Amino acid sequence: MSVVPDTTTKVTFTDNNTKFNQSGVQYIINPYDELSLTRALEITEAQGGSVTAIHVGLADSEASIRKALAIGAQEAVRINAEPKDAYFVAEQIAAYAQGQGFDLILTGRESIDYNGGLVGGILAEMLGIPYINVVTKIDVNNGVVEAIRDIDGGRETVKAALPCAASAQKDLTEPRIPNMRGIMAARTKPLQVVEPSANNAGSTYAQYELPPAKGAVKLIDPNNAGELMSILHNEAKVI
Amino acid sequence: MSVIIFAESSEGKFKKAVYEAVGYGKKLASQMGAQAIAVCASDVLPDEAELASLGQYGADKVVSVKLDAPRPAAMGDALAQVATAENAQVVIISNNYTGKSVSPVVAVKLKASVASGVVSMADTSNGFRVRKSVFSGKAFADVDMTSAVKVLAITPNSFSIEAGGSAAAVSSFAYAAGGNAYKVERVAIDQVKGKIPLTEAELVVSGGRGMKGPENWGMIEELAGLLGAATACSKPVSDMDWRPHEEHVGQTGITIKPNLYIAVGISGAIQHLAGVSSSKVIVAINKDPEAPFFKVADYGIVGDAFEVLPKLIEAAKSLKAAQ
Repeated sequence: MSVVPDTTTKVTFTDNNTKFNQSGVQYIINPYDELSLTRALEITEAQGGSVTAIHVGLADSEASIRKALAIGAQEAVRINAEPKDAYFVAEQIAAYAQGQGFDLILTGRESIDYNGGLVGGILAEMLGIPYINVVTKIDVNNGVVEAIRDIDGGRETVKAALPCAASAQKDLTEPRIPNMRGIMAARTKPLQVVEPSANNAGSTYAQYELPPAKGAVKLIDPNNAGELMSILHNEAKVI
Repeated sequence: MSVIIFAESSEGKFKKAVYEAVGYGKKLASQMGAQAIAVCASDVLPDEAELASLGQYGADKVVSVKLDAPRPAAMGDALAQVATAENAQVVIISNNYTGKSVSPVVAVKLKASVASGVVSMADTSNGFRVRKSVFSGKAFADVDMTSAVKVLAITPNSFSIEAGGSAAAVSSFAYAAGGNAYKVERVAIDQVKGKIPLTEAELVVSGGRGMKGPENWGMIEELAGLLGAATACSKPVSDMDWRPHEEHVGQTGITIKPNLYIAVGISGAIQHLAGVSSSKVIVAINKDPEAPFFKVADYGIVGDAFEVLPKLIEAAKSLKAAQ
């Protein structure tokens, strides 16, 4: 799971536009990752097994990891490294998963900060297991995963054998809000810190830029709203 | 030395995003003194003429790969094999849903770094730098890529199509499927017919809570139909199940970049604006003159959606009749 700035964050940068400005920013579990966590809990509650939440990041994300434990994960692992790029993150998770054994890996379809959408696919390929991207429904029965995934202009129902990886899309399930009992239990659940393995990041974020400011809006009289169409046709030339 | 372009085909035809990717690949290849090679890996290959036609959009040659099934893992594997055979330095893939499943496979096979959501031509004057959108459209980042091979997943509708070249030579590549290629099996497919997919749309009409209920979407759909636009919605509308989740645009939905985005009855929360702010022309229609959408819109109408929409529909009809 990724830890990302809350969706209401007004994004700004510091150090000559080379760093994301963290001041005053609230961090949350990436919303798609929260869906995958919840779905993992639902699957294990029905079928047995346990859920491990894995995060690649520094100690400042431990509050969010505790939240994952409060939601219901049995244990958590933090791989102690700055998440450099998708390849780097996937390689850390793949190395850990390979050592531990697993049946199913669920990720979010992308993080809402860097929008790579790559970690799940890269780690599945590294592990040599099937990958089902952008799923809105996933069930496991007798070692077979059946899922519905978004494709361009429609949806596809697929199946694959365990072990398998998939990424969560909106509609997969409803996120769970941790209750008091969960929050208390999370304090004593294991949170293991593991040092990173390889370092094969092949990209660096050099600098950032905000989109250019828009000019003033051109208002059209609502009584003469139809004029919009001729403006879009003749002036903006988009229709 | 070469630049490989993934030419995704659908029922034996290429879509617009492929022409954009081929144009991008050709431009980059010329910049690097390399060859632009379009690779079509599919279970239903286009005919020879359709394959060769990619030359008109910039491909120096076209390689076709016959797959056993339409699996992204096989497409990625095949693409990587051709890339290795052709000594490729860059692989260009459109960042649509298929592309998002193909890019990671290529990355692992070629030990390549990936930039996804690329919105600029690569700057190869000093290293290799591309610009991509981050924070779901709230900002851009310049990424330096240092791996030997690079994968660029380019944002659809961000690059122009360069037509005018001549047909390219087509060859086929004998693909030996790797172990992960066909592990996922299709059980069923449900393609939406007669509607423009939102991710491919150049024009979008979108509705928010101001539409008051799903029963009022007829007007949004009618306007969209007249313009040849796709329909979209805000998060609350999708959360309340007025509209399906795939229409939800915004930071936790999809980010789109159409030529025209018309927002009806959407206030313009920061998360929603993130997903649409790269649109070329934005129109906001809202009865609240203080709605944040007016700050990012090019054109605005302060008025009730239920009075404004019928006027727009009438005007769109007359415009259509005049064309």
